[in-house]
Amino acid sequence: MTTPLLSIRGLRTTLATERGQVTVVDGVDLDVQPGEILGLVGESGSGKSMTLRSILRLIRAPGRVSGQVLWRGRDLVPLREAEMRAIRGREIGMIFQEPMTALNPVLSVGAQILENLVAHTDLGRSARQARAVELLDLVGISAPAQRVNDYPHQFSGGMRQRAMIAIALASNPTLLLADEPTTALDVTIQDQILKLLMHLRATLKMAVILVTHDLGVVAQSCDRVAVLYAGRVAEYGAVGPVFAAPHHAYTLGLLRSVPDARHARQPLRPIGGAPPAPDTVGERCAFMPRCAYATAACATARPPLVSLSDGRLSACVHWDQLEANEWAAV
Amino acid sequence: MLARLPGRLLQMIPTFVLIGIVVFVLIRLLPGDPAAALLGIHATPEALARINAQLGFNRPVWVQFLLFVGRLLHGDLGISVSERIPVTEVIARRLPVTLILVVMAAIFALILALPLAFVAALHQNRLTDVALRGIFQVGLSTPIFYIGLLMLGFLGARLHWFPVGGIGNGVVSGFYHLFLPALTLGIGLSAILMRSLRSTVIGVLRAEYVEFARAKGIAPWRVLTGHVLRNSLITTLTLFGLNVGTLLGNTVIVENVFAVPGIGGLLVEAIFGRDYPVVQGVTLVLAVMVSLVFLLTDIAESWLDPRLNG
Ligand SMILES: Nc1ncnc2c1ncn2[C@@H]1O[C@H](COP(=O)(O)OP(=O)(O)O)[C@@H](O)[C@H]1O
Ligand SMILES: [Mg+2]
Repeated sequence: MTTPLLSIRGLRTTLATERGQVTVVDGVDLDVQPGEILGLVGESGSGKSMTLRSILRLIRAPGRVSGQVLWRGRDLVPLREAEMRAIRGREIGMIFQEPMTALNPVLSVGAQILENLVAHTDLGRSARQARAVELLDLVGISAPAQRVNDYPHQFSGGMRQRAMIAIALASNPTLLLADEPTTALDVTIQDQILKLLMHLRATLKMAVILVTHDLGVVAQSCDRVAVLYAGRVAEYGAVGPVFAAPHHAYTLGLLRSVPDARHARQPLRPIGGAPPAPDTVGERCAFMPRCAYATAACATARPPLVSLSDGRLSACVHWDQLEANEWAAV
Repeated sequence: MLARLPGRLLQMIPTFVLIGIVVFVLIRLLPGDPAAALLGIHATPEALARINAQLGFNRPVWVQFLLFVGRLLHGDLGISVSERIPVTEVIARRLPVTLILVVMAAIFALILALPLAFVAALHQNRLTDVALRGIFQVGLSTPIFYIGLLMLGFLGARLHWFPVGGIGNGVVSGFYHLFLPALTLGIGLSAILMRSLRSTVIGVLRAEYVEFARAKGIAPWRVLTGHVLRNSLITTLTLFGLNVGTLLGNTVIVENVFAVPGIGGLLVEAIFGRDYPVVQGVTLVLAVMVSLVFLLTDIAESWLDPRLNG
């Protein structure tokens, strides 16, 4: 196996709320290989967005990020803000779920690309302008030379998402953090955006962490998947094997809640009960109260994320007792 | 926006008509008899009748109104009762000072409110924020004439840093003389602006597009100026437009405190002198100024916010 591009160990993010410190990312371990798409799935509130923000250290004080985020062998957590800024946008780009709110409504799309180029490249004024047009073309926006001066509200939803991708890609990042980039879009547009991301990954040799709560998206576009639950990684591994034979009771529950994740496009309708609020779990398996396999062993300690064969990881005490997923054989 | 400007100007006509009606009616509700005030101890019934006829006050009200509108359309605001020259001339002589005063006050208000709103928002709920809000709260609840008197008494009379009234001679001296009155007006306005601006800036700081800008790795000051400031300015303008009426109202007070010979002072003199045509004229001019500022803020807003251009 190649050395990972990004290697996260024990990532812990604490936010300050009225109720005091809340740990929303609770010891996450992840690897991203160069050029791969890692799916990050989990129910709403499981800490997917916070994990992405923590990688770029976009957590505002008094919120705190700790643990290790090894980016090409260099730990980002202790970096100074200025050093971190050279990585944000330049080496690691990020796109958000809702382009309508993530794009500044009063700046043209071109201006929002130029900002990035000014910060990270030595290009002159006209070269920057040319690059902005080229980027819009790259993400499939027609008549890019005209559209570059348009404002976000003049684009359709899908085109806005393409524009946001163009902005994030301006300085050729090696990793793109994509936070539910298709959730706000129509199904047909979702497909187009996913295809665009896969195409860009292939042509730009860029890795992607794709946050989604749609298992169909993972099956269709990801190489590897990490399942998040209550700010912790439940399971991690290559998509095929994980979907065929999940090694965490939560993953199994997720897969069973969708008739056939490879064809259906629907949000997760998981297992009875609701995920716990962050920080209320304590030293036990976070999924235990909703788990059909739960035993006393799940309640006594927080199950560690252990290495299994084929580079798979699981934090399930009963990982080898789970039934195979019904549609595994197909 | 420029394409829509003629439309916007046309829209102002009914506004002006309405202003004219209101001014006409209000003036007739003022207590006192202008003829009696003019004549003072010489008021005989015959003299009173003569003056009333001269001013047209003996005609039916609706005739008076038509005459008023007719003259207005010709830019004729009547003759000042006390100065016996056209009201337009009286106003033209005193309007420039007020315009300069108001513009200076607006600039002071922005210079005070905008950066401090930013500082407060960036230190939300910390000591700096609480202190700033406290100070502006005091500013908000202090009557404007009292702020003016404090300025006058302390910076003017006590420390002799500034003149205590009038407008001096020449441009430099003029600005120097208008400094304190403009500052007084500006403080009053900034207290109003500051409160809403702080929450606006806090909102903008939390906006996802600011997060996205930060995720691009651009420098913090560029995030602040290019995104937060720019988007907060739109609200600032709206607030400014909404409060310009208060600003002009305060001008009347402040011009009197600082003996500034603008139209605010003129209005007060005219009211006490029962100079109806002048009261009418000044009120009209003030109302038109408010409408024009509305228009200007509208134009500036749509220049700053492309969404308004459809
Ligand atoms: N600004 C915030 N303050 C306090 N808690 C937050 C804040 N943002 C998110 N959280 C909490 O952090 C947890 C993880 O949130 P998030 O990463 O957004 O979840 P996801 O993206 O998986 O839906 C949630 O429980 C959420 O309630
Ligand atoms: Mg999220």
